[in-house]
Amino acid sequence: MSAENFKLTGESKFGVIALGVGVAGVAASVAGLFIDHKTFYFAYLVAFMFWMAIALGGLFFTLIHHLVGAEWSIVIRRIPETLASAIPMMAILFIPIVLGMHDLYEWSHEEAVAHDELLKHKSAWLNPMWFTIRAYIYFGIWTFIAWTLYKASLDQDGGKDVTEKMRSVSAPSMIVFALSITAAAFDWLMSLDPHWFSTIFGVYFFAGSWWTTLACVVLLSMYLRGKSKLGEVMTIEHYHDLGKLMFGFTVFWTYIAFSQFMLIWYGNIPEETIWYKHRWEHGWQYVSMFLFIGHFVLPFLVLIFRASKRSFTVMKIVASWFLLMEFVDLYWLIMPTFTIVNPDAHHGLHFSWQHLTTFVGIGGLFLWFVWNRLTSASIVPVGDPRIEASIHLKNA
Amino acid sequence: MSENMNEIKSQSAEELKKKADATGAKALEILIEEEAEGVVAEFPNSGALLEAAEKIRNAGYKRFEVYSPFPIHGMDDAMGLKQSPLGFIVFAAGSIGCIGALLLQWWTSAVDYPVVYSGKPLFALPAFIPITFELTVILCGFTAVVGMFALNRMPRFYHPMFYSENFSKKAGDDGFFAAIFVWDEKFNVREVKQFFQNIGGKNIEIIHRPLEAELAQQN
Repeated sequence: MSAENFKLTGESKFGVIALGVGVAGVAASVAGLFIDHKTFYFAYLVAFMFWMAIALGGLFFTLIHHLVGAEWSIVIRRIPETLASAIPMMAILFIPIVLGMHDLYEWSHEEAVAHDELLKHKSAWLNPMWFTIRAYIYFGIWTFIAWTLYKASLDQDGGKDVTEKMRSVSAPSMIVFALSITAAAFDWLMSLDPHWFSTIFGVYFFAGSWWTTLACVVLLSMYLRGKSKLGEVMTIEHYHDLGKLMFGFTVFWTYIAFSQFMLIWYGNIPEETIWYKHRWEHGWQYVSMFLFIGHFVLPFLVLIFRASKRSFTVMKIVASWFLLMEFVDLYWLIMPTFTIVNPDAHHGLHFSWQHLTTFVGIGGLFLWFVWNRLTSASIVPVGDPRIEASIHLKNA
Repeated sequence: MSENMNEIKSQSAEELKKKADATGAKALEILIEEEAEGVVAEFPNSGALLEAAEKIRNAGYKRFEVYSPFPIHGMDDAMGLKQSPLGFIVFAAGSIGCIGALLLQWWTSAVDYPVVYSGKPLFALPAFIPITFELTVILCGFTAVVGMFALNRMPRFYHPMFYSENFSKKAGDDGFFAAIFVWDEKFNVREVKQFFQNIGGKNIEIIHRPLEAELAQQN
């Protein structure tokens, strides 16, 4: 098996289109920034977190793959690895959030902190300087892990024996990853409502992130099958396994989401319940219901059947649905806090065209980056000593 | 042992001797062939076993089994096994657990002994979810394990394979075996032996009770 065999063969304008759409999206987003900067930053945060979730999920996929010595996922490993390799670009795309901190986070308002005991208390952690430094510490950690593993994987294509190295890098990295993704979710999402806290929040973000990455891997690999020889080695058995994980983590996400909800509902302490109260009025209750049905009930009922997981068509539809639901999830996490920093705004859904422009802007650049990396190397990690076993995977 | 003795009474020593004289073969061999419960063959590795399973299925045998120290991916397909009904049984059990748990909590908390706890409604669904979840999961879990055993007809105290010394020694260690049993419609000792030879089986053995001892006793 040689790496050349698994380079892209079919003509594809994917990269060019992604870049074009990305640049157009960014241009429109910049226009949005000048028209309505308050909406812009919130829309930007939703879109940023969406693509960040996919990149982080890719990193987790790679880590857990090496850590458990997985065999089945070797043929698809290059895809999550590549998704994670886009993290440094996300670090650049984080700059607008640093610049727009004042429009997003109440704790960045000095006058608000001065009159608020709780925020004063939290200001040792939640202050603009330390927030920015922390963010780039996270990006540094993730970039380091992602690129160490990505480069090792490319070395492996060239015949280097790095299996042990990748595993020993993954073990400590997993611990660091768990801590950093939790802290990042606290910083970037939970602190939007700085009076509110939930210790499970980081896990909640992680659950959605990994869930979405699985869907993203399904969709990307389906596209790549037509453009390369990936189709020869990635069979329905691999989709079946991805489907099982998607099903499992549908339940996992719900378990975490409900754990968060139930304790707050049961404790019934106003400072905690207010978070759900915000999401159960002014039209948000429909989004909440939609989230429950779309993020849990429907995927659960569809993916529970073996036949669904073994159908390309069903998997394609379900995976696309996952991406939509992750967007809804992040929208539901972020947008109700709009009125915290904009007390005069209405409390409704705040859906703006800027959600679209920022989404395709970041997404276009993200996918362009990923596509460039995918086309520069083999689509399949052909150097892995256990690749044959992965190709001949069979589900019992 | 005495019961087994009764079973082969029809084959008295004299009769056997007569048969043996007539065919020129040993009495024991005839007895073994007549009392065979199956034929077992050993294969060198999991790949060979997988191929063998496919050949056995293609030859039209239905009541056969393969044994390996670890699960072999793709064996179900090779053997032509249908999808197990276990998933549906577990789903039914899970549904019963789910509905049962809700009914139990509704009856105890809202109907039979209604007490208001910390201002919550009597039928406080969020608070009931953990129990509902747990009961669903535990019924699923138990049903999966018990159902798996039942569908495999386990546990059992007797299986003809135990008579093969070679099998007993190696099946749990490094042996890969395939066996075709007497309850297969197509079963014929000599044909099966020949068949196993053709597909590359080693240490081919007819599975039978310890007839040597029985014969010796009779004589």
